[in-house]
Amino acid sequence: MSQNFSFISSWIQSGSRLLDLGCGDGSLLSGLTSTHNIRGYGLEIDPESIENCIARGVNVIEQDLNKGLDNFADNSFDTVVMTQALQAMRHPHLVLDEMLRIGSECIITFPNFGSWRTRAYLAFRGRMPVTKQLTYEWYNTPNIHFFTYSDFECLCHERNIKVLHRKFIAEQFPDNLLKSLWPNLFTETAVYHLSR
Amino acid sequence: MPSHSLEVPEQSLGLVSPQKVLIEKPLTLACGTVLPNHELVFETYGALNSDKSNAILICHALSGDHHAAGFYEGDSKPGWWDHYIGPGKAMDSNRFFIVSVNNIGSCFGSTGPTSINPETGSVWGADFPSLRARDWVESQKLLMEHLSINCWAAVVGGSLGGMQAMRWSLEHPDKLLNAVVIASSMKLSAQNIAFNEIARRAIKSDPDFCDGNYLQEGKTPLHGLALARMIGHVTYLSDEALGKKFGRELASGDFVDGTEDPIEFQIESYLNYQGDKFSSNFDANSYILITRMLDYFDLSREYNNSPVEAFTRAQCKFLLISFSSDWRFSPKRSQEITDALITAGKNVSYAAIDSNQGHDAFLLPNSRYQAALGNYLSRVADQLEATQ
Repeated sequence: MSQNFSFISSWIQSGSRLLDLGCGDGSLLSGLTSTHNIRGYGLEIDPESIENCIARGVNVIEQDLNKGLDNFADNSFDTVVMTQALQAMRHPHLVLDEMLRIGSECIITFPNFGSWRTRAYLAFRGRMPVTKQLTYEWYNTPNIHFFTYSDFECLCHERNIKVLHRKFIAEQFPDNLLKSLWPNLFTETAVYHLSR
Repeated sequence: MPSHSLEVPEQSLGLVSPQKVLIEKPLTLACGTVLPNHELVFETYGALNSDKSNAILICHALSGDHHAAGFYEGDSKPGWWDHYIGPGKAMDSNRFFIVSVNNIGSCFGSTGPTSINPETGSVWGADFPSLRARDWVESQKLLMEHLSINCWAAVVGGSLGGMQAMRWSLEHPDKLLNAVVIASSMKLSAQNIAFNEIARRAIKSDPDFCDGNYLQEGKTPLHGLALARMIGHVTYLSDEALGKKFGRELASGDFVDGTEDPIEFQIESYLNYQGDKFSSNFDANSYILITRMLDYFDLSREYNNSPVEAFTRAQCKFLLISFSSDWRFSPKRSQEITDALITAGKNVSYAAIDSNQGHDAFLLPNSRYQAALGNYLSRVADQLEATQ
């Protein structure tokens, strides 16, 4: 989270309006409120996360992302953020469109299914990967769309989405040569900053 | 814990008693009528802190009163919101000074249709001036001044109570830090108004209603008021809750062949009991007056019918709570309020709570509801106590 947070916060303007889709316990919004004085709202459906957000004074709205975001007007936010949730959406490409309709920019982080760990897991064990990043079994995972960083790049290209920044996080290979040579192999979490 | 013939449950306020105040300042109502003075009955729970910053105002709904929590001597049932008000509860009387007032136009001791009209010397009855939610807010503001409170830590209400909380945020934006709006709406739907009109018609059809002058005639439209309440009561509950509680169980009689004992379903017996209990307790003119007040409420009428424009005036933070099976004021209504607040750039949180209890859920125990309200107000208290 801390490396994530430093990338994300570097792309956020001070005082901006921010919408966090799947905001969890509200720690990102709470952090950005103190560092960047943002006006933020989080959407969440997990009751315990909602209670935690309320307890820490984060604006949290109970809303199921899979039921659409029609209630948000075009360009009503500066930045729309979604951390580690795109793979759990029923229609990730439509969610992406919605994010860029509501916000002038969006920031997305997702687990990279193309990392060597998951590739090795599938290749050598012949079973769907269960790793530190992807802790669920295939039958109970909320992550219903697995994609790699390359897949995501393709989707952005197809939908004319501009990549403003991209950062790759790998716990075991922080900023080393391997990651810059083969990002898809050595990235565990990808962080994207996008606009239309 | 005060001594009580009954066993007082844990986290209860124990015995409480109401107070009465004569507000001597004239109150100009939205309809133009001026009440030269008016009486208010209210209860308070907990202690006001030294800078008088920890006060919560409780706004009651259609049939509510000032007795929101604790017990009266000899009563076996506590006040109507006792699940959520008391020491250590979501509205914590150890941390807040909680004010619960019976509003004008109602019939539990505050000035209303059963009071004497000072101009005529006889009861107001049907002549009591028509009221709007904002009139309740202004009357509550006078009580606030009487109590020397400058700013509410929170104004909290369910249903019509939530409407008052929202109205407070627009009429006196600098007089509250938080508005908690539970199972409420920015305006009634045609269906809501329809149910209210059926209830009013039921009352007016009772021959003992006497065009609203039943008190002068020494009569009471018990039957009509009971019927009105039965209609209302069904709309406060969900199909599922009724099914679970009563199903098709019989209160009397049976379907065995060869018997013709009259059959009464449990639900019939329950509804009749509720209706009769209510009509012996409530005033028919008050019921008509307050249902009309609900019908007339429209948060953004004078703001170009734009909820966003209306809420732009607000300065407080908001907590919205809805219940999934509430078909009187459905979650959609709370979502609309939330959307307008977000667009207006206000601080708001919204919990859409799963419940099969219908509109009445706002009065009943529910762990998620408890946690959302409790966490929110606990943070409010933390912040107040940090600046003490």
